[in-house]
Amino acid sequence: MAVAVLNPDLVDMVRRGSHDFNASACMNCGACSAVCPMGIQLLPRKLFRYVLLGMEDQVKENTETIYSCLLCKMCEVNCPGGVHIAENVRSLRHFINRQVFRL
Amino acid sequence: MPLPIGDTIGILADNLRQRRSVLPIPVRAATRWARGLNLPRGGETVMYTGLMFQLIPYIEAMSGAEERLGDSWLAGFTGLGRQVNKVVNISAFMARPSAQAQAANDQVLVNVALLLKQAEVDFGYLYEEELYSGALIYDLGVHEALVSHARKVYDVLKKHSVKNVITVDPHTTNMLRSVYPTIIDGYDLKVQSYLEVLAEKGLKPVKTLAGEVAIHDSCVFARYENVVDQPRDLLAQAGITVREPEDAGKYTWCCGGPAESLYPKKALANAEKRVAQLKKAVTAERAGGAEAGVETGITMCPICLVNLQKAAQESLRFQDISHYLRQAYCPQAEVK
Repeated sequence: MAVAVLNPDLVDMVRRGSHDFNASACMNCGACSAVCPMGIQLLPRKLFRYVLLGMEDQVKENTETIYSCLLCKMCEVNCPGGVHIAENVRSLRHFINRQVFRL
Repeated sequence: MPLPIGDTIGILADNLRQRRSVLPIPVRAATRWARGLNLPRGGETVMYTGLMFQLIPYIEAMSGAEERLGDSWLAGFTGLGRQVNKVVNISAFMARPSAQAQAANDQVLVNVALLLKQAEVDFGYLYEEELYSGALIYDLGVHEALVSHARKVYDVLKKHSVKNVITVDPHTTNMLRSVYPTIIDGYDLKVQSYLEVLAEKGLKPVKTLAGEVAIHDSCVFARYENVVDQPRDLLAQAGITVREPEDAGKYTWCCGGPAESLYPKKALANAEKRVAQLKKAVTAERAGGAEAGVETGITMCPICLVNLQKAAQESLRFQDISHYLRQAYCPQAEVK
């Protein structure tokens, strides 16, 4: 079984893209995935959990998913936890831009 | 041809840094719409286009080239390379916009200017000094490039002592009203979309229109900026019957446009779902006994319009809301 390498600084690194990053408000209910127009199953609940747990490799493996999000906020308007999903996704893009694409 | 995401974002960000737009267009193409309108330069209140409608014909032209190539219009960009683009503006050579598309998009801006005049709003325009808002770069998460660009936009507005900004499209509205205040200290501009201004001014129609339309809310207007009632009120006052699709208002279904720059096939699939909803909104009424209406979808955003029209082909005709508002609220003599 593969062992996940954890980066305890991952949340802080992602937060550099926006101080608004509030993934910890996610209750993992799945309403976001159910209403997503793009049918994205992973975003945002699993992805945000990866960030909170410091699973950097798993975040980077989901680059296409992160950039597929329409930022349309259909998930956000249905979220009972008040998670700033669109802004969180922008923060993840900022993280990938810097850490993967070296932009 | 799959798009290299990093190179694509890099090129767009480079363009914004070096050429002040993600897709640089000639000054003439950006300002042509205002010819003959005698709008003063600058002023306390300005109409700010953010170049969104002017950019669309160029994106459409590149999108046509994309279909021949097999994937995103940006694939051509990335094929030539980010390094080349730093020296030469590649977009200038990639595709020529159609005169018809340019005229249609320019007309939206003319409509808005005439409506504002009709509402007795005293406003100016920044002409060639007006800059793109940076919306795409914001969405793609290139924070540093956005901060630097937003500052340039703000400096131009302050140079002209602007206090009130009237926007046309939802993305520019969102950037200037909700995003810039979070990244520019002391940001003090009042920003409203023209739809809000017209509703607030209580503009009355000079002509009653007939017919029905299916309304498509922009996600950014509806969920980011709370612009939901104003377009409906303005259309209803004009005599238009507004049909609501299954997902409408705050719960509107995205046109898919935001995925166009990186994943055009996904964008198209999403737009097709939305077109089906909008068609159903019109035809359901017909099945209930009403006479066949004009099957028109109304949009408030240039990205929604181009993406939905592309998906609908000939099955549903889309018009920007200003097309109807101009007819109802402006005297014919002022209608171009």
